[in-house]
Parts: sequence; structure tokens; C-alpha cells
Amino acid sequence: MSQAPAIELVGIDKKFGVVHANKNIDLTVAKGSIHGIIGENGAGKSTLMSILYGFYQADGGEIRVDGKPVTIRDSQAAIDVGIGMVHQHFMLVENFTVLENVMLGAEGGALLAKGVAASRTELKRLETDYGLEVDPDALIEELPVGLQQRVEILKAMYRGAEILILDEPTGVLTPAEADHLFRILRVLRDQGKTVILITHKLREIMAITDTVSVMRRGEMVATRKTSETTVEELAELMVGRRVLLRVEKGVATPGEIVLSVRNLTVKDGRGVTMVDNVSFDVRAGEIVGIAGVAGNGQSELLEALAGIRKPTSGEILLHGKTIDKVTPAHLRALGLAHIPEDRHHMGLVLPFEEYQNSILGYHRDPAFSTGPFMNLEAIRKDAALKIEKYDIRPPNPRLRTANFSGGNQQKIVVAREIERDPKMLLIGQPTRGVDIGAIEFIHRRIIEMRDAGKAVLLVSVELDEVRALSDRILVMFAGHVVGEKTADAGEQTLGLMMAGIAA
Amino acid sequence: MSTASVRLPNWITYGLMPVLNLLVAFLISGLVVWLIGEDPIEALKLLLQGALGSGEGIGFTLFYATSFIFTGLSVAVAIHAGLFNIGSEGQAYFGGLGCALVALSLDRYVPWYVTMPVAVVGAAIFGAAWAFIPAWLQAKRGSHIVITTIMFNYICSALMVYLLAHILIVPGKMAPETRTFLEGGQLPKLGWLIEMFGSTIGAAPFNVSFLIALVMCLLVWLLVWRTKLGYEMRTLGISPSAAIYAGIPYARTVIIAMLISGGLAGMMALNPVMGASARLQVELVGGAGFVGIAVSLMGRNHPVGIILAAILFGILYQGGDALSFDMPNITREMILVIQGLVILFAGALEYMFRPALVRIYQKLVGTGG
Repeated sequence: MSQAPAIELVGIDKKFGVVHANKNIDLTVAKGSIHGIIGENGAGKSTLMSILYGFYQADGGEIRVDGKPVTIRDSQAAIDVGIGMVHQHFMLVENFTVLENVMLGAEGGALLAKGVAASRTELKRLETDYGLEVDPDALIEELPVGLQQRVEILKAMYRGAEILILDEPTGVLTPAEADHLFRILRVLRDQGKTVILITHKLREIMAITDTVSVMRRGEMVATRKTSETTVEELAELMVGRRVLLRVEKGVATPGEIVLSVRNLTVKDGRGVTMVDNVSFDVRAGEIVGIAGVAGNGQSELLEALAGIRKPTSGEILLHGKTIDKVTPAHLRALGLAHIPEDRHHMGLVLPFEEYQNSILGYHRDPAFSTGPFMNLEAIRKDAALKIEKYDIRPPNPRLRTANFSGGNQQKIVVAREIERDPKMLLIGQPTRGVDIGAIEFIHRRIIEMRDAGKAVLLVSVELDEVRALSDRILVMFAGHVVGEKTADAGEQTLGLMMAGIAA
Repeated sequence: MSTASVRLPNWITYGLMPVLNLLVAFLISGLVVWLIGEDPIEALKLLLQGALGSGEGIGFTLFYATSFIFTGLSVAVAIHAGLFNIGSEGQAYFGGLGCALVALSLDRYVPWYVTMPVAVVGAAIFGAAWAFIPAWLQAKRGSHIVITTIMFNYICSALMVYLLAHILIVPGKMAPETRTFLEGGQLPKLGWLIEMFGSTIGAAPFNVSFLIALVMCLLVWLLVWRTKLGYEMRTLGISPSAAIYAGIPYARTVIIAMLISGGLAGMMALNPVMGASARLQVELVGGAGFVGIAVSLMGRNHPVGIILAAILFGILYQGGDALSFDMPNITREMILVIQGLVILFAGALEYMFRPALVRIYQKLVGTGG
């Protein structure tokens, strides 16, 4: 291509205190291409994109759009030079219609009528040009996640974006929805738009991008043509060493039934049935995985089993005995450990020092207390042992938990729950926001638990993870378990079940 | 960029920032004083002299500070459990009833040092009792603690006036107050403490309850940072969802935290009731419950900070009195304005200078940026 690149970053540098988030970054994104940016959590991808979108100002370096140097002070300035962003967490007003959301901030005057008409025409045009079909009068809260994301893309296009940045766009999508998104992105590219895709999923990079740039520890370590690289090479570039992409495990030897769930029904805060009459067993020495698109009842199921959410009906049995008091404290005492889906809101108290989190939930254990007092010496010694065994870095039990990286925070939770040597282990999203090195480590621990004869129930929205770890897979859709498959079931079969199409 | 996530060294957060806030508050107060035609420097001198210039002044300052330590601790304990207890005022008032009932029944039989521990317990039980209903409503019914504790301040005020005017009043007297306690119901003054520094206490009611306040500071520190209960309270206060996950019972923790908070507020009554006036009077708390909120905020909810902030407000109270006496232009209301400014800057706007400080700090520490 002879024309000027859509985006050129030259020597972009950014520090947060002592953290050097972006070190002298150079990046060239060709016009009319899909450019992937890949890297572990904390590699600096998000910071770089935030600089490009005007959330942060770079300490040094230059941004050029279409060959012209620009200064991007805020997101309005980014929109003005034609950069649009689709965030990982949607920025939509739930009880507005699609049209109202698209117009928001670009109403065109104090009275709406004229703007509404103009927007309607423009939406129509975008729909025919790019295949971005959404009913303009539908309420956002009634749309499935995939369509909500399309509204985000529409918002950017409506504001005249020539360059579209997508931050981890497939985290909340079914495989089918992700495929649809990719088709749209290809259309956008073919119409001359430029797409920047930020992700940590190697498969997506291979499937959709033209060029890929790899970031590691704040540096841009490599840029490759996608057709000339391999998943293995990219993984190695990301981590800086060779990594095992597959989890190695032997055959499971399931024993007696540990956890039985019978006709469990759970409603959420609004009274909507999230888990509908679900029954299954988990045996000692096996990992049962629950696959499903986020929001189909897996979270509520897990919370009900952990005693956090009260089921409306149904029974939970441990070792064949009905549990009379389904509370987190009582379940812990019965040998049920729980690695929660959201470590920030449940698994950890972020302002606490590390050692205080290493006993969360087990703080009443006599081993950690003397009378009404906490036995700080015992707690810190125990925390130091776990830090060593789980290679938690930095190895400082007195550091505030918020200052650990995502992977190390997750290791704090995993260490706490696994080291209790539970009979039954509930795991939610064990590797969400965790870097590849830590993923490997956590996966190995989970397999070790199984091999030690523990019963493991795994909930994850990462289908790859469920397939890699589980011995049996249950698929949840709209609150029901719609089917059970063995671990070697194909991705497409599971994908269809997750979309509620086939059983 | 956002500066909220940057961590500053403790000496900036706990030293420089409060001092800066205080300076700005005084600067604006000075401006106000100047506007009404008085000399701000002179006013400041008079204020400090009144509060710290004599043994008697110091005695009054520490007398006020004692009350503020109790109410400050009361607010702090609740805040650690995520509860904003606005009701320390009413709880302290009701605690006065418990304290007075003990003093009235024991003073003719036993010396003060026997009455005192019983009165501490009595005041704490009454203060806690007054906090119990709002606590229960929050824990079981989700009624917001801020609203209920405010309402309970008014209920308490009305109840106490009724009790003092109709039940506890000395027959034949006009003043709504109990009889004067005998010596067995009066706390001795801490004149010897002031004398150690070569001065005399004069008429200042600075008394033994100051020492009780210091003991409570130590106990609150132990409770919050060294006990399992304190751990559970802090977990609940920072992250209610993590508390549920950890199996920490919400209702029980909320109620216990509020009972302790109310108990600490109740103990404050010892200072004015048994330490100063030797009788139960209306309006004995005099706003100390509300000052406690500012004291706790400014002291970062830590006992050491609370002691320092309580002494600062003691200075403002006592120095303010002296100032309005010496400069008639500066009325009692003006003193309230100055106190309000300190609360505004030290409490409500405590982090106002943080972003700027973060930027300066980053420049100075030289991250190269």
C-alpha cells in the first residue's frame, strides 16, 4: 500500500509512578487492515490504546493519523480524528433504545425530532453498507450481548470512525456470535476501514487479523504478518519462553459421588429464574466442567452451591447427606472450598495486606487465632509458605493485595482454597485476567487436585479451558443443563449447545 | 490521568495532607476575620493563647478533647464496619442517663473509684441500647443507618427533656436537672497532670475520664486491627460481597459494631456528667457527637489520629470561646464558621490536594516522567 498508514505511533512512552507501562513503543497500522495487538495482562496493551483514545497522555512520543501528527487530549479529540473505540465493558444506557444510544452525545440540537430522523437514515445506511443489522427501536436491555456489541460498533461508525479499536471483544460472545463479529470486521476492512483488535486469545488473532503485534512488559517485541507466523511463535513471543498450550493430564478415575445437586432452582435479585431445575453429580477424582455463554445461570449455580445465594428449591447433598445449613461458613467446615469467579469483589479484599487475604473465610480457624485475637505470627508464617509454594510475586505478605498483578492475586486465592485440602472444590473462571505463565500453573494445580481424588466443579466462559481441563462437560443454556458431553466433544457441537440450538 | 490509584508515602497521607488542609482552613478563616475588620494574626494569637496559653486554658482544651475522643472513636468503629453512625450525639446523651443513674444510686455509699467503673459500664450499656434499634433495623430490614440514627438523635433529645423535667428533677426546683452528685459520684480532676508542667488547672473541668478515653483508644486499636471480630468488621466495611463469600454474618457483625460504637459514644457522658457538672443536665453533649464525625474523618479513623484531631477541635472550642470574649466583633457564630471551615477542609474535602500532591511527588521522586 502506497498511502500513509492509518496510525503511526513513534516512541510512545508512559510511566505510572515506578511502573513503566509503555517503553518507547513504535507501531504502524496500515490503512484498510485488521491489526491485532496481543500480549499478556499487564503487558501494556490497554495503556497504549488508552493513549491513542485520549484517556491518558503519553509522557513522550508522537501519534500520527494518516501521516499527520495529532495531539489527542480526550476521547472527543480521538473521535474528531476518526478513531472509535468499542470497550470491553459496554458503555450503553440499558433502558434506552438502540437509536437513543447511538444518538447519545450527538443529538444535534436541543430538540430531538430532527436528530432522530437524521439518525434513523444514517443507521439505515450503516446497516446496508456494513451488514450491521439491529432494530433501532429495540431496548438495549432486551438485546443479546452480541447485538449490544454491534450497537457499540454502530456508535463508533455513526461518529464517523475510520479506525475502530476493539478491546477484548469476544470475551462475552458465543463462538457463533464471535464468528459473526469477525464477518462484520472483514466487511469493515474491505470497505476501507481500519480495525485494531486487542486480545489475549491467539486463535482469534490467527483467524481474523492481517498483521499482529506482540507486546511484553511494556515493550513492542515483534510485528508479524499473520500468514507468516504460528500460534506457537506468538505464544513464545508473549511470554518470552516456550509455553505448553495444552494441559497434560492422565485419564480420570472417578470414585464415589461427592456432590449431588437435585432439582436446584435459583432466582436472581430481580426474581428472574437463573437456574432452572438442575440436577447433576460430581464424583471424587473427576473434573466436571460447566460450559456456557456468560449469563446463562452458571454464576448463580456456583454461588448457590457455595452458600452465597439461597436457592428457591432443590437439594444439595455432600457425600449423600443433605446439607441443612447452606451457608458459606458451614460448607467450608464440611470441606467445600470455593475459588470465586470474581476475585476483586469476592475472593479478595483488595486494600488488605496479602497475609490478611490468605485467611479470608478461614479466619476463625483456631490455628490462626488465640482467643478473640488473631495470631498474626501464625498467619504470616502460613502466608509466607503459600507464597513460596505458589511462587506468588513479589514474595511479600505485607504488600497491599491491590498491588499484585492479576495472575498473582488469583494465585493468592487458589493457594488459600487448595491448601485447605478440601474434598470438594468449586472453581469459577480460574484464569480470567491471568497471564499465560500463571494459567499453566493454575491448571496444573487443578489437575493435581483431581489426581489426589478430589471432586472438582469448574465453571468457565473460556470454552478452551473447559475442554482442556474437564473429564465431563455440562452445557448450560438459559438456566438449564442442556446436555452432557465427554471432554473430546468438538468445539462446534458444544458451541451449538451453548447457543441453545442443539443438544 | 487518574491519580487515585497512586500510593503516596504515609508521611504525606497522614502528615502533610491534614496540615495542608488545616492551613487552608485557617487562611480562609483569616480572610473572614479580616473582612469583618479585625486583625487575623491578632485573632489567631488570641485563639491559641486562650486554648494553650495557661494551665486553665489547656485544661479546658483537654476537657473538650476528651469528649471528642470518645465520639471520634464511636464514629470510627462504625466506619470500619462500613456504617456511618450519625447518632453518636443521641447515644452519648442517652449514655448520660446510664451514667447518672449509677452515680445517683452509688454516690452516698462508695468512693468515686468504685462508682467510676460501674458508671462506665452503665453509660456504655445505655449508649449501646440507643444504637441497637437503628442497628437492628439496618441489619434485618435494610433501613439506612444514617437516617435512623439521625432520627434517634431527636427522639433521645425529646425523651431526655421529658425525663429531666418530669421524673428526675429535684422536687421544688425549676431547673430540669438531677440533684448534684455527692463526692462518690464525682470524677477527680487531673490537676496533678497540669502541675507536672508547672502550671495550675484553675477552674477547668479536665478530669479522669481523659485517661479512660486513652485506654479506649488502645482497646479500639486492638479490636479493629488485632481481633477476629475487627477483621470481620473491616472485611464487611471494605467489601460486603467478600464478607458474604467469607461467611461473615452480616446482621450479627452490623449489630455488634453498632453496639460497640454506641457504647463508646455513651461513655463520653462521664466527662460532662460526672467530671464537670456532677449532675445530669439537658444538652449535656453539646454537639460533641457531630464533632466526632469530623474528628474521625480527620484522624483517618485511627485512634492516634483521633487523639490529635480531638485536641485540635478542643483548641478550636476553647480558643474560640476566649477569642469571642476578647474580640466582641467575632461572635460565637463566627467561631462556628471557623470550626465549620476546618470540618469542611479537613473532613469533607480531605483529598482535595491529593491529585496535585501526587503530581509533585512523582516529579520529585524522579520517575523520569
